[in-house]
Amino acid sequence: MSELNPRKDLLDIESLDLEEIEYVLENAVPFKQLFQRSVKKVPTLRGKTVLNLFYEPSTRTSSSFEVAANRMSADVTNFTISSSSVVKGESLLDTIETLQAMRSDYIVIRHQAAGVPGIVAKHTGASVINAGDGYHAHPTQALLDAMTIREVYPEYKGRKVVIVGDVLHSRVARSTSTLLNKLGIEVAVLGPGSLIPEGRHEFMTRLRSWDEVFDWKPDAVYLLRVQMERQEGQFFPSIAEYHKMYGMNSQRLVRMRELGAYLMHPGPVNRGVEITDEAMRYERSLISTQVENGIAVRMAVLHWLKPETDKD
Amino acid sequence: MSDTGDIIREEILSPEGIQEAIAVMARDIAYRCAGDNVAFIGIYTRGVTLARRVAAVLKSQGLEYPVGTLDISLYRDDFDNRGMDLPRLESSDVPFALDDTRVIIFDEVIFTGRTVRAALDGLMDYGRPAKIELAVLIDRGHREIPIQPDYVGKKIGTNRDQYVKVRFHEDDEREGVFIVEKRSGQTPHPA
Repeated sequence: MSELNPRKDLLDIESLDLEEIEYVLENAVPFKQLFQRSVKKVPTLRGKTVLNLFYEPSTRTSSSFEVAANRMSADVTNFTISSSSVVKGESLLDTIETLQAMRSDYIVIRHQAAGVPGIVAKHTGASVINAGDGYHAHPTQALLDAMTIREVYPEYKGRKVVIVGDVLHSRVARSTSTLLNKLGIEVAVLGPGSLIPEGRHEFMTRLRSWDEVFDWKPDAVYLLRVQMERQEGQFFPSIAEYHKMYGMNSQRLVRMRELGAYLMHPGPVNRGVEITDEAMRYERSLISTQVENGIAVRMAVLHWLKPETDKD
Repeated sequence: MSDTGDIIREEILSPEGIQEAIAVMARDIAYRCAGDNVAFIGIYTRGVTLARRVAAVLKSQGLEYPVGTLDISLYRDDFDNRGMDLPRLESSDVPFALDDTRVIIFDEVIFTGRTVRAALDGLMDYGRPAKIELAVLIDRGHREIPIQPDYVGKKIGTNRDQYVKVRFHEDDEREGVFIVEKRSGQTPHPA
């Protein structure tokens, strides 16, 4: 038993106490153990409804939330809204009204505009979980990353993680680096100058090349996805150039092996861009573990949040 | 777990009394389960300690039964009322096949019976035991569902709003079984 204040929504990492982070990460471990049973389901959220509201395409995150909710015995409704539709303030409030009428207990929301999950959270009694909003936050990704690192490094304090790629546009980089920093893990970044934010997150060490990365001796290398849809020709000269400068290739894999460093990626990967086929088979890749831990962490989050729709 | 604010009213079993009750349970189990394929499952936290103690007594008599653990938090029927007591989950560990096994569930106290109901659901998600029985150190009455223990260390009469607390030195500072007054403004936790 603990004296944590119940929380209705999960919108970002910044507002979480260390105690809450520990609570979710520790509870995620027994949830993961359920996956070893032939019956992977528990009845905890029987009769509750989870609404997956995705304004941006996402197969992995939305299905991960769906599996998590199913394994908690909640009923899941998937609500995908065309990414091309421009969402005006008024239509968002209309949507919220519709959601209220559906009496969902949990709303998982992804939106291209930062702050939308927060607005929805203010106007509904349901627990709102941010599944990614613009360049702002992706808190469940950060939690699953932290869980994955803690599994391979039970003594994780003082470990070093370097994030490689488009840090500027990455809500993953923002949430994950913030969480790792809160846990006492050192974070560095490597990426094209145009894609490394100035002034944000002073705690991150700025590295300029892979040589500097390997000299820094990271315990894990976290590759970000190159967001092809909004990148090429704008922030770096070409995909081939990006691959040459920042991609995980054979030579860099040799250095990874020497260090015994783990490899992480939030998925989906662009083979041949941020990572080669060979690197995908690296024995210390944690990419599939991240997917599995994503379900466990999302179950722990559903278990933790307390909607106002609960009867007391 | 802190007992701050509790008023300890009465010790109903001393550490020696607990050991005697455990010896009685062990003798009963050895007699009735002779020749069967038996496994113990302890319900977190103190059901696990109780199962281990009974298993230790039996082991000293040459009967070795494996002990598994079960956290029933995810199977409770009062999840909506969690309020300030956010449950910290423990790792359930059932390191043996349940099929065709005679399983004895251990909990330190039986009260309403709701915890055992949850444990039955939880246990059956791990397999299909040949038979399931229930062993408790204390039966304090006031059942709300039709579940009865098969092995009992001691049966006591209580008022419904009292707490019965079993304390083991493995988990707590002071060992014993106590009847504790209800703290104001709290409802008894169903056990």
